[in-house]
Amino acid sequence: MWRYSRIADLDLERFQPAGPEASDVAADPGVAAVAQEIDAVVVTMVDGSPSIPALPQEWVARGVVLAQAADLAEEAAGLGSVAVDAPDVFATMNDAFTAAPVVVSVPRGVTLDRPILVHHRLVTPGVAVFPRLVVQLGEGAQATVIDHVSSSSAAGAVLSVPLTELSVERGARLGYLSFQDLAADAWQVGSLVARISQEANLSAGLIGLGGEYARMRTDCAMAGRGANGDLYAGYFGEGDQTLDFRTFQHHDAPDTTSNLLFKGAVGGRSRSVYTGLIRVDKAARGTNAFQTNRNVKLSDTAWAESVPNLEIETNDVRCSHASTVGPVDPEQRFYLESRGVPPTVADRLIVAGFFDEVVRQMPGGQPVVDAIGVRISEKLDRVEGDLR
Amino acid sequence: MAELIIEGLRAGVDGKEILKGIDLTIRSGEVHAVMGPNGSGKSTLSHVIMGRPGYEILGGSITLDGADVLAMETWERAQAGLFLALQYPTEVPGVSVHDVVTAALTAGGRDASTVTALLEREAARINFDPRFLVRDINVDLSGGEKKRNETMQLGALEPRIAILDELDSGLDVDALRDCARRVEAATNEAGLGVLAITHYTRLLQELKPDVVHILAQGEVKATGGPELADELEAHGYAGYVEVEEQAPPAPDPFADPFGPGPFAV
Repeated sequence: MWRYSRIADLDLERFQPAGPEASDVAADPGVAAVAQEIDAVVVTMVDGSPSIPALPQEWVARGVVLAQAADLAEEAAGLGSVAVDAPDVFATMNDAFTAAPVVVSVPRGVTLDRPILVHHRLVTPGVAVFPRLVVQLGEGAQATVIDHVSSSSAAGAVLSVPLTELSVERGARLGYLSFQDLAADAWQVGSLVARISQEANLSAGLIGLGGEYARMRTDCAMAGRGANGDLYAGYFGEGDQTLDFRTFQHHDAPDTTSNLLFKGAVGGRSRSVYTGLIRVDKAARGTNAFQTNRNVKLSDTAWAESVPNLEIETNDVRCSHASTVGPVDPEQRFYLESRGVPPTVADRLIVAGFFDEVVRQMPGGQPVVDAIGVRISEKLDRVEGDLR
Repeated sequence: MAELIIEGLRAGVDGKEILKGIDLTIRSGEVHAVMGPNGSGKSTLSHVIMGRPGYEILGGSITLDGADVLAMETWERAQAGLFLALQYPTEVPGVSVHDVVTAALTAGGRDASTVTALLEREAARINFDPRFLVRDINVDLSGGEKKRNETMQLGALEPRIAILDELDSGLDVDALRDCARRVEAATNEAGLGVLAITHYTRLLQELKPDVVHILAQGEVKATGGPELADELEAHGYAGYVEVEEQAPPAPDPFADPFGPGPFAV
């Protein structure tokens, strides 16, 4: 589970939990602009302390909850309802240290007409945060929730240990995006745990751009007949970054589907790790499960590890896994060059196009897709020396 | 006036010589057809002219108006005025033909602000569906659509010399006519010089060649006018391919060792 990770380099002594009153800081202007464009309801989390906005009247009238867990009855808060057993020691740490869990609860049959954006900013040097987000969608409910985390470069080495629990009840549809845009010297060890019930649908996206070491583990359970989970990720390493993704697609009900597509690029001396497991239990007849990981190496000194796995305990399933690690496709480069496109420009187009397949799946709509595209383009500016 | 001169060109792959000394000169407004059987080196010739990786140049030269083409990178060859329409155009997910033509014009210091209008005009000329202009290039396109896409880019980029690698393979009659007529028009309107590589004569019904070359076993075996193509249509390549010496027929194991005898039919 921790193979290829850099967990041995993590020195917890370097970080301190945030004080009770984090300084009030302006939002990341780029994020604020996107939030406005997509008309999001924004929760700001500065150094882990949330400030909850006033909810639209309609949401209140229909029983939508967006609140700190402390303000809710224990049962309503639903902490640990999805992450029943903490997936790893960092999730346990989250349990112990999380300052102010945030709960989103959408009652049965309610569709949120605006996305919810949780805007995490880490600003205090050396701060460690343990954000907890619980999203519960009742039967037939629909919502889009976006987590965005960034840290100011002045904050230097910070540590984020998020744990997100997604519960998608029967027939509900949830779009979730974790957009990790930390500074280059930040650390993240995160966990996303999802349970999808009968005929329910989750489309979860991960964007991993920042961090000296940034890990995100995803445990996605297709737990009711006909449940569907789509998992997409785009990650881009540069410099000395290590980006680390672990996934579990767990099918324990019949006729369930899951589709995973993770795509990454590594430049400089950066490294990426993908290990994934599709597990199909005895009960999960008629499962369709797919797992694809594709990596582009932009420099000789970059390194990408990809280890897909299947564990199938029943017949009558369709499962596949595929993984590739390689440089920019020389055939594609030649094609663009033969039109008069210089190789560096060709490589930029090809790498941006490579990400397009996952980025266009990200929940939140075109402004979010565009914002991710801008950040990928900035990455390409910085690794341009690696391109041919 | 542009002039592509290929002299004594020898090239190969993995130490195996495929082109064994090619001499060709293509000038503005001329259409040259290079015809040959499978394995004659036709595609190698087109790839070597454009600098596709994986080929070794063993000798000879290629110049465009005196400039050493073999010393240029592929994109520089394109910017100098060469265009290669690929036999199997490459799919590039997430990149549109609009992106590609914009990048190519920009790199050449040309005006890219009107690319949309330019491509729409070119697409209309060859009945290429304009919805494909902003989709992933060549992805999920039929053979005919891919060749229309190549031809549209040729129209938009306005090269001086175009190499068409089996433009007539994998497309239907309508697409073939649209593409061939567009190239023919470019030779008349813009003085495009064309090197059309093909196995069959059907492309040349629409795109009238001035000169026909027959390439076999890595060498130009014959050069002539359009009548050479007609002759090929009638007799095939047999006369140009050195037939390997045939072994004598194996003896018939059931034959009478004393000969057919007086009662043989």
